[in-house]
Amino acid sequence: MTEVRPRIRLPRSASAGDSIVVKTLINHDMESGQRRNSAGETIPRQIINRFTCEFNGVMVLDAALEPAISANPYMEFEAVVPESGDFVFTWYDDNGEVYTATETFEVS
Amino acid sequence: MQHLKPAKTLALASACVAALWSGAALADPDLSADLMIDGELHIVTQAPADDIVPNLPARYSGWLFRDPATRDMQADDFENPAMLAVDSGAELWETADGTAGQSCQDCHDDAEESMAGVRARMPHVNADGELWSMENYVNNCRTERMGAEAWRWSGGEMTSMTAFISMQSRGMPVAVQIDGPAAPYWEQGRDMYYTRYGQLELSCSSCHEESTGMMIRADHLSQGQISGFPTYRLKNAGIVSIHNRFRGCIRDTRAETFAEGSEEFRALELYVASRGMGLDVEGVSVRP
Amino acid sequence: MLTRRDTLAIGLGASAVAMLPVAAAATPVDDAIAAYTGGAAIAEGGVTITAPEIAENGNTVPITIEAPGAVEIMLIATGNPTPNVGKFTFGPGSGAPMIATRMRLGRTQDVLAIAKMEDGSFASTSVEVKVTIGGCGG
Repeated sequence: MTEVRPRIRLPRSASAGDSIVVKTLINHDMESGQRRNSAGETIPRQIINRFTCEFNGVMVLDAALEPAISANPYMEFEAVVPESGDFVFTWYDDNGEVYTATETFEVS
Repeated sequence: MQHLKPAKTLALASACVAALWSGAALADPDLSADLMIDGELHIVTQAPADDIVPNLPARYSGWLFRDPATRDMQADDFENPAMLAVDSGAELWETADGTAGQSCQDCHDDAEESMAGVRARMPHVNADGELWSMENYVNNCRTERMGAEAWRWSGGEMTSMTAFISMQSRGMPVAVQIDGPAAPYWEQGRDMYYTRYGQLELSCSSCHEESTGMMIRADHLSQGQISGFPTYRLKNAGIVSIHNRFRGCIRDTRAETFAEGSEEFRALELYVASRGMGLDVEGVSVRP
Repeated sequence: MLTRRDTLAIGLGASAVAMLPVAAAATPVDDAIAAYTGGAAIAEGGVTITAPEIAENGNTVPITIEAPGAVEIMLIATGNPTPNVGKFTFGPGSGAPMIATRMRLGRTQDVLAIAKMEDGSFASTSVEVKVTIGGCGG
């Protein structure tokens, strides 16, 4: 489970100007920095500390996340789709890595 | 619990066992609940009892004992976090590994066809007369055919693979073989089920047969069915194998446990699987 | 026995005390609230939290927050060692000021959502979520 693998769900269809429900899930331990290993040493914190969603370059949601977000972070929110275009989802890891996923959405 | 002194912990544990026998509050199952995945696939979570489970009124999936929030998480394939492991398993399926340069797919093609029903029949007696769990079959392919290293029984690769393979049997009734060459293993498993283990002297039956539907502290005692396994446990935020759950149960009786993959746990797996015959394989369930 | 409303009132009372010149030590929750609002008044209500009354496992507790008219929602778990859970800012492309996620709760506690409104004012709601200790290591 070391490879990070985002999952995204958008509705099958929507009309221009609709508000749609967006769901995202990504596999990540969200290591809180509060746990200890079997040797009694603190396991260093490593979490997704920020998540953003943009549609055609317009910010939909910008979330600052703390260790109290559960492992495999789940986010559900609403976005307006004025026209067809691309959703860009970005997860920022404490270790400096950035994971990005893009989904094209067509309005009818 | 770690901060409690051993004596106090033991007293608490005894208190909870005492509460069990006094038959405190009856909890579940919620027999009105119906498991429909994504509004499309119906999963059988209740099946009639028979000679295998003479002491149960009927067979109930662990799903019926969970609260609505947990049940809902399993009823939607996107919200079910176990699907992360299924995705990961699907990728492993088509990835070549080992000296032979082969992937699972190279021999078994489309898992949707070749693996359909496999989970429902596990564990199964192999050609040499030995009872094997799905993990044994997977590792046998890896070491004997692929020239790859065996995976750890409850390691991330193995649980992803068993999650992916189990998905191909989702919605099919559990149908393990318990006669013929399987009979002695099944009897061994049944004997284990009724054997009291540990300082608390609890058998599987003490909790999951005699006390099913009651509360053990704040938890709901299910029938201990494994039709939903491998399962995503909210506590672990990851996939838990059948043998890992067995280990946890026996450890909680304050006993030395058997090893994952041991002959004992494979026999117990067969017997417990047979107690769920007629319930549908849930592929990958969600449990607290 | 304390009702949810009493608990909130006590919480607010404590933060008022914290602002006095000779203040008693502020709790981490007070600090988290003050850091977010800058000490501004918080109206009660106008935010809806949907969460289980009793969570089967504190490690993964589903929660939905809706705050009509909000531009941002701050989520605080008042009983966690580190109270902040997340800050959710709704951009121009947002369809509704709502967020659903899953969070960790260390014990039974009040979960507090503070919404920042378009005019810069704040509103909040809290709900109690009971976290059970399972029978089998849960």
